[in-house]
Amino acid sequence: MSDYSFPVSVTIEPTATEPALGTFLERLHGWVVTVDHKRLGILYILYSTFFLLVAGAEALLIRLQLAYPLNHVLSAQVYNRFFTMHGTTMVFLVGMPFLFGFANYIVPLQIGARDMAFPRLNAFSFWLTAFGGLLLYYSFLGGAGLFGVGNAPDVGWFAYAPLTERSFSPGHATDYWALALIVSGFGTLGTAINIIATVISMRCKGMTLMRMPLFTWLLFVVSMLTLVTITPLTAAQFMLLIDRYLGGHFFDTQAGGSSLIWIHFFWIFGHPEVYVLVLPAFAIANEIIPVFCRKAIFGYPAMVAASVAIMFVSLGVWAHHMFTVGMTSASNAFFTLSTMLVGVPTGIKIFNWIATLWGGRIRFTTPMLFCIGFLFQFLIAGLTGIMLSVSPWDWQLHNSYFVIAHFHYVLVGAIVFCIFAAIYYWYPKATGRLMDETLGKWHFWLFLIGFHVTFDTMHLLGLLGMPRSIYTYQPDRGWNFINLVVSFGGLIQGIAVLIFAYNFILSYWRGKVAGDDPWDAWTLEWATSSPPPVYNFEELPEVHSRRPLWDLKHPDDPDWEYES
Amino acid sequence: MRVVPTRCLTCLGSAAACLLSTTTLLAQNRTPTTLAPASTPAHQIFDLSIFVAAITGGIFLVVGGLLAIALYRFRARTTDPAGEPAQIYGSTQIELAWTVIPILIVVVLFLTTARIIFAVQDAPKPKTALDVTVIGHQFWWEFRYPKFAIVTANELHIPVSSVSTPEATFLKLTSADVDHSFWIPQLAGKTDLIANRVNSTWMDPQRPGLYLGQCAQFCGSQHALMLLRVYVDTPDQFAAWIKNQQQPARQDPEATAGRSIFETQACMNCHTISGTAATGRFGPDLTHLMSRETLASGAMENTPANLREWIKSPDTFKRGALMPAMQLNDRQLDAVTAYLETLK
Repeated sequence: MSDYSFPVSVTIEPTATEPALGTFLERLHGWVVTVDHKRLGILYILYSTFFLLVAGAEALLIRLQLAYPLNHVLSAQVYNRFFTMHGTTMVFLVGMPFLFGFANYIVPLQIGARDMAFPRLNAFSFWLTAFGGLLLYYSFLGGAGLFGVGNAPDVGWFAYAPLTERSFSPGHATDYWALALIVSGFGTLGTAINIIATVISMRCKGMTLMRMPLFTWLLFVVSMLTLVTITPLTAAQFMLLIDRYLGGHFFDTQAGGSSLIWIHFFWIFGHPEVYVLVLPAFAIANEIIPVFCRKAIFGYPAMVAASVAIMFVSLGVWAHHMFTVGMTSASNAFFTLSTMLVGVPTGIKIFNWIATLWGGRIRFTTPMLFCIGFLFQFLIAGLTGIMLSVSPWDWQLHNSYFVIAHFHYVLVGAIVFCIFAAIYYWYPKATGRLMDETLGKWHFWLFLIGFHVTFDTMHLLGLLGMPRSIYTYQPDRGWNFINLVVSFGGLIQGIAVLIFAYNFILSYWRGKVAGDDPWDAWTLEWATSSPPPVYNFEELPEVHSRRPLWDLKHPDDPDWEYES
Repeated sequence: MRVVPTRCLTCLGSAAACLLSTTTLLAQNRTPTTLAPASTPAHQIFDLSIFVAAITGGIFLVVGGLLAIALYRFRARTTDPAGEPAQIYGSTQIELAWTVIPILIVVVLFLTTARIIFAVQDAPKPKTALDVTVIGHQFWWEFRYPKFAIVTANELHIPVSSVSTPEATFLKLTSADVDHSFWIPQLAGKTDLIANRVNSTWMDPQRPGLYLGQCAQFCGSQHALMLLRVYVDTPDQFAAWIKNQQQPARQDPEATAGRSIFETQACMNCHTISGTAATGRFGPDLTHLMSRETLASGAMENTPANLREWIKSPDTFKRGALMPAMQLNDRQLDAVTAYLETLK
């Protein structure tokens, strides 16, 4: 996009060519043993793209079954496995690895470091996560163990005990589920520790905490949040396995255990988990929106403060998933208030993004279009979140399709849109080639239409009393037409994702050559070549403001004169 | 007991109501919609929801509108002067303003909500209230009326409430196995059924009729066919229903063959039929099976053909239901069906 080259005091000449490529096996070996943060980042992203397609296919089968009342495409058992696997996969094998993949690739570049603080831990974490995913999917082959043919977990992604106890879930499917999450959870913890250490100790000269790009700041916050959220989940999974194998009774209600303890553990993990996923989406928007409206982010300190505030408040809202379990009215009131309060820092962010757009010159490139979709959809998701925080209304909406619609607005409308934006935005950095803009716009518009056809109408199903997790429904409930529309929207989204996959693969060979800085951006990752050499920067950069490349491009009007 | 939204929001509220009523148009007469409340807790929730929808709708219009204006007004044009637009880094006053305004909105929403939480959840129980105990099972509902010594399943009968004779029904809910959730959208919000724990909810339906709902907490393979029917009866209907349910099971001399099969096969281990040897509690009480309109927790109509097929092969209708196929031969099936058909 930029047609001039700026004085490159901090970078090196175009990439020193990689050592001779070698045979296929040698290259494969190179990827398996790599400790390079960029290669690991790419591995994470390929891994999660693969599972995105798998879990997307599961979603389409779910929608095929629900397109008509009393449909027989899937049996009850198979349907229950698919919605369990869809949810588990999307959260643990798609959402988190995608975001940690971007963190891996971008954070060291943005802070002017040569690699993560612990490169070997980084590789170890990736392979743990990958192994967790394989373990989960192996359950399709080995889930029923000696009891019979293959079987995947069918207890829902929230896996409420005592349904997961041996008396209600015999066989090994639930064990695979628990073990997979323990294993990938350790991988996630390793990466979180690594990002924290990297941000604290690896920043280049001049990069104070308050000069870090917001992407790095938010990933730093997310990593701290991850440390405190994955831990209770892992603990609960261990307790579940103790129940199942060592005769424990934590959740075994028939022996006096408590179902409620599992529910608490799960949501103490589960709610902050939403922020673990959505804060990186904010992080991506924080990078892309300023670049494509050609303005500095509005209210940088407020954005940092709001992210930290979200982190803390999100730790005190978990029981809004539990308004129907019979808490006292005082508890219901408390969690209503704490949940509503999350809306305040989140609102600040949305206002700051609008203020950033205000007075800019907005370029509607594919990454920017996805970010704009994110802004509208996240606004709506936030407002339906407020509706759900109203506990009496939640007594109606809880576990209905309204909730499904709400959290898909967050997970797809906000997070997946930002993930697509990030892929279009950083693909040229990682491969040296731009993704095709025309296909990108087809992808955007089709996905946007499919998304709204599916999830807007899903809210109505919830208001009309359709509960979640049901494999079929009665034809006399007035849900038939809307369900057909929802399924049709799913199909449109599927087509859009196929266009994306085609573009993603084809652009690697056919894409326009990008150059170092195709978007005329301002953060350090654009100061090195595309793709960056293994050592990132020949000479470690020194920065004086939040936008080092702005300073380079505008020596007469540098940022540091305005930042306090 | 209905809540009247504050005057200034009535206008926005009615706009939201219009929006919701388009949804109502999609609803059919059997739809368990949350938008046509028929009992005090459901009414209170509905009125609150209109208020909240109005406020959040207003926020959406303002913020979404600003966003749309920004995108349109500040789009890049070919006529733009060269160079970058003016860089603006922030403003403390503006940040403060858009921190304080949302906090004020939260305070209003919270206080309104808290009032309804306490009003619904801590409503005093009238002395005359009907008590019903609801026990969730994989995949059916057990209803016990302690005052009347009645046990039934899947179809709950409760009296209608009117201004002259207010009749509230207070439910105690628990589970025999995994977690379930009791939800009749038109009558009240949902309440979970959890083993080793007793929850409660209440309703005072104002229109007689049939209200549908279903289990709202995933509870295993046939969660989707754990359907729930609530019959709101007029006082006469309700009295007649109680009277019939209190009778012991009919002993029809023509159906003794079926009865003896029922009592000698494993049927009796799980089902109760009062006045016989069958006292099992694992499955639904069948003493007045024929007073129910559906079988298998609403999975199908209660017709002789369906009943026979259900006994022969429960998997046909509800694969994963815990009732086993008893491997009865045709003669036995006919006899058992004929016997069960006498249990009016």
